[in-house]
Amino acid sequence: MKLREVLQLIDGKVLTRNTDLDLEVRMGCGADLMSDVLAFTHEGTLLMSGLTNPQVVRTAEMAGIQAIVFVRGKIPPPETIALAEEKGIALLASKYTMFETCGRLYKAGLPSCGLFESSLKRWREFFGEE
Amino acid sequence: MSTPSTFQERKREVTRLQELVYELRVRDAMTTPVITVTPQTTMAEFREVLRANRISGTPVVEGGQMVGIISIEDLIKALAAGELGATVGEKMTPRPVTLYDDEPLVHAVGKFASLGYGRFPVINRQGDLVGILVQGDIVRTLLRQLEVEYHEEEIRRYRASHIFEDILADQVTLRFRYQVPGGDFERAGEASSRLKKTLSRLGIHPRIVRRVAIAAYEAEMNIVIYTDGGELIAEVDPEKVYLQAVDDGPGIPDIQRAMEPGFSTAPDWVREMGFGAGMGLPNIQSCADEMHLESTVGVGTRLEVVIYLDSGGRPCGG
Repeated sequence: MKLREVLQLIDGKVLTRNTDLDLEVRMGCGADLMSDVLAFTHEGTLLMSGLTNPQVVRTAEMAGIQAIVFVRGKIPPPETIALAEEKGIALLASKYTMFETCGRLYKAGLPSCGLFESSLKRWREFFGEE
Repeated sequence: MSTPSTFQERKREVTRLQELVYELRVRDAMTTPVITVTPQTTMAEFREVLRANRISGTPVVEGGQMVGIISIEDLIKALAAGELGATVGEKMTPRPVTLYDDEPLVHAVGKFASLGYGRFPVINRQGDLVGILVQGDIVRTLLRQLEVEYHEEEIRRYRASHIFEDILADQVTLRFRYQVPGGDFERAGEASSRLKKTLSRLGIHPRIVRRVAIAAYEAEMNIVIYTDGGELIAEVDPEKVYLQAVDDGPGIPDIQRAMEPGFSTAPDWVREMGFGAGMGLPNIQSCADEMHLESTVGVGTRLEVVIYLDSGGRPCGG
């Protein structure tokens, strides 16, 4: 899904300069916990987050995430936007909640990051299923 | 050799296949252009269409609009009933279930499994018929993509090994050191960022680079949050990346507890920044092929992580 479509689906706004709206995102992840972003995403994921500090951009850079949507109408501070522009990471804003922002994109066909071995391991350990 | 020889390698390839069905789109696998018939086509003519094109079904199109789908099963029923003179319009399934060309392949896999149909017409978001997908297309596309990636990987391995071949020595290790200032949240992550760029420039596989970067970043955040500063050291040789995160204070009193997912001693201001949820060390472990942590209270902590360059396909935690 191109960022252009993402913007349309969430009635969003672009926060960074020189943003390539033809950028393709392959799947989505909603998280406010940066360790979860690192553990449960793949390259090319679109990140939905309510956190706006510069570490969100750092985290995205490490995880190979090229675009972030800030939910609930949150606008990041200038240093976050500056760092994102330096790293070539697109920042978008959505006035909708995390749930609705993710829901609109998922409904339109943007898939999740799938299941992870670490989650399945915990699941099996607790529920004793294969 | 692309045949996986060990259980670990097989597991990696399976994980990669799971990822691929999320990454690839229906349009990457569909057959196009799609052969169609009209409602006025007779079943006898339809049989010829199937035979001439070696296919097992087609969408039915009238006036540019898709009105149904017809398959070899419908033909067999018509044959059995002696109705080869009947029209496709009478025997087709109207309003077929479709797939969008930009949907991930995993949606198609789900629809094949849940609906039991042999084929789905593929339309674009404007509603135009652009292709057709049968189950065999999915398997063929996945295998082809794995092969492409295997070749790309060979080229990358060559690049990564190249620098080592150009340097004449019995053993070559490249060593990169980065200072990490303690308590400086503003700049936290810069060391890992620079390390990530450096490893990419060396031509190391992007998946390996990502795993090293995530481990380094979590380790760097720990240094920033809990200590007065330290350093990240990465040593790269033709087989592996050996990463060390070293600091000299305050030390971890109970390493076993620190390794438990969710255990954290982080102050609130750290949690408000999205860190300190007790997942850092477990995350590092899931990215690492080998990990060693030693710490003495009041002296310091040394974290060692090894990631092998040929452990390619698996993601962190995969």
